[in-house]
Amino acid sequence: MTDTVIKLDHLEKTFGDHKVLCGVDLEVKKGEIISVIGSSGSGKSTMLRCINLLEEPTGGKVYYKGTSVTELNLSSYRASVGMVFQQFNLFNNMTALENCVRPQIKVLKRTREEAEKVAREFIERVGMSAYVNARPSQLSGGQKQRIAIARALSMNPEVILFDEPTSALDPEMVGEVLDVIKGLAGMGLTMIVVTHEMAFAKEVSDRVVFMDGGVVLEEGTPDELFGNPKMQRTKEFLARFLGSAE
Amino acid sequence: MNFFVQVWEIVVKYYPFLLKGIGVTMLIALVGTVVGLIIGLLTGIVRTIPLSKNGALKILQKVINAVIAVYIEIFRGTPMMVQAMVIYWGYAFMNGGSTLPLIPAGIFIVSINTGAYMAEIVRGGIISIDKGQFEGAYSVGMTHVQTMFNVIIPQVMKNILPSVSNEFVINIKDTSVLNVIGIAELYYMAGMIKTMTFQTFQAYTVVCVLYFIMTFTVTRILRVIEKKLSGSENYVVCGSQSDPKAEIRVKGGDSV
Ligand SMILES: Nc1ncnc2c1ncn2[C@@H]1O[C@H](COP(=O)(O)OP(=O)(O)OP(=O)(O)O)[C@@H](O)[C@H]1O
Ligand SMILES: [Mg+2]
Repeated sequence: MTDTVIKLDHLEKTFGDHKVLCGVDLEVKKGEIISVIGSSGSGKSTMLRCINLLEEPTGGKVYYKGTSVTELNLSSYRASVGMVFQQFNLFNNMTALENCVRPQIKVLKRTREEAEKVAREFIERVGMSAYVNARPSQLSGGQKQRIAIARALSMNPEVILFDEPTSALDPEMVGEVLDVIKGLAGMGLTMIVVTHEMAFAKEVSDRVVFMDGGVVLEEGTPDELFGNPKMQRTKEFLARFLGSAE
Repeated sequence: MNFFVQVWEIVVKYYPFLLKGIGVTMLIALVGTVVGLIIGLLTGIVRTIPLSKNGALKILQKVINAVIAVYIEIFRGTPMMVQAMVIYWGYAFMNGGSTLPLIPAGIFIVSINTGAYMAEIVRGGIISIDKGQFEGAYSVGMTHVQTMFNVIIPQVMKNILPSVSNEFVINIKDTSVLNVIGIAELYYMAGMIKTMTFQTFQAYTVVCVLYFIMTFTVTRILRVIEKKLSGSENYVVCGSQSDPKAEIRVKGGDSV
């Protein structure tokens, strides 16, 4: 199918002699919103990082629109597959606006004028217009994450990968960031969101993927996976998680 | 007292020499520090390029890194005075006795010597930058060089400025060894004044005070610059609920 954007074919990743990903198979269609859940250490971050090649897979393949990503130009591939990190990773030496402008100029070769227009549009979208001139050190966690999302959006990506975007936030800021991500749902973006926010996963995603021990153990619609999990491990995880978190 | 009179006479009589010596010392120290810093930055960028997957490129990278490591070891592990002699006379040896022009030779020697120290300073500065800064840049598609110039080096520069200033002050003092190849910097001038007046103690006292004034002044100036650069950054919040044109000035801190 041509509308498969990301396809993982038996993806493996080993650190030293620690096999973290043991053959991950996953297909993500254009416009799909996928939540990835699973216990700590199950390899969720590693999978995301292999998708945009922040980590080099040690086995298997990652396909972007049918082409193996190792054959693509790394810069332009990464520009079309954005990433939002748990720790924000805004450029500390730039203002909020410049964080969103500079990558466009350097990677997409846009003019500064063009880039600023795009950046301001997305900064407005995440509700941060008042803070264009602020430095990362002057923003709260939630504000930083919203700018980080605007930075990813400014590259006009096809896909955005979110790695626990709200885990480093104080509880009162989680909502504002989740609202921003929910707001992107209508844009036609493909999103893969690693999250511990089960309510968010239930509400927003088209599909939920449960990872365990370096593989995708079970996947399905939120109703299927939360309402009627098939695997014992999934049931245990959900029981433990929902029991302790809510 | 006789001593002070003689010192004063040296200042009055030989000030053109002294001023010229100060000029040459400052010129070599300043240019040497700046070029050294550039060498340090370039080696820092090269040494942090992630190893290529391509076999031949990977070997080339390893060779270059080894060459840089050897360069740093040698220039940090030998006295600059000896480096000056080896480079200056080595050039003459290989070019049938014709020597390098003195001041460019001095700048060259101080530059590569400082470069070896700066390489380590810059590397320390790069290592101390949070890995997330690199990943943020890579994740939007920046190349290693773009990441370095746009994100990492500006932050490194701010962090290493005190060490760079320190190198500059060290260079003001250490250019004195260049007298061995006959460069007319400040220490060389003291030797000249000594042979003309036979007042060794007086001549070196004058030069000693001059060195101290130079380093003291430069240290203060650099400290002011450092303060300016690391000073709190203020920003303006645009608009407020009641008045969209209002500007709220916020004083910056490191955590909000
Ligand atoms: N660079 C690395 N070197 C060595 N081991 C690593 C590295 N990165 C991750 N790991 C290991 O891989 C395993 C999976 O890590 P990963 O971060 O993918 O888990 P995760 O599912 O994202 O967990 P969490 O919910 O805690 O974020 C862990 O055991 C971790 O220690
Ligand atoms: Mg993780």
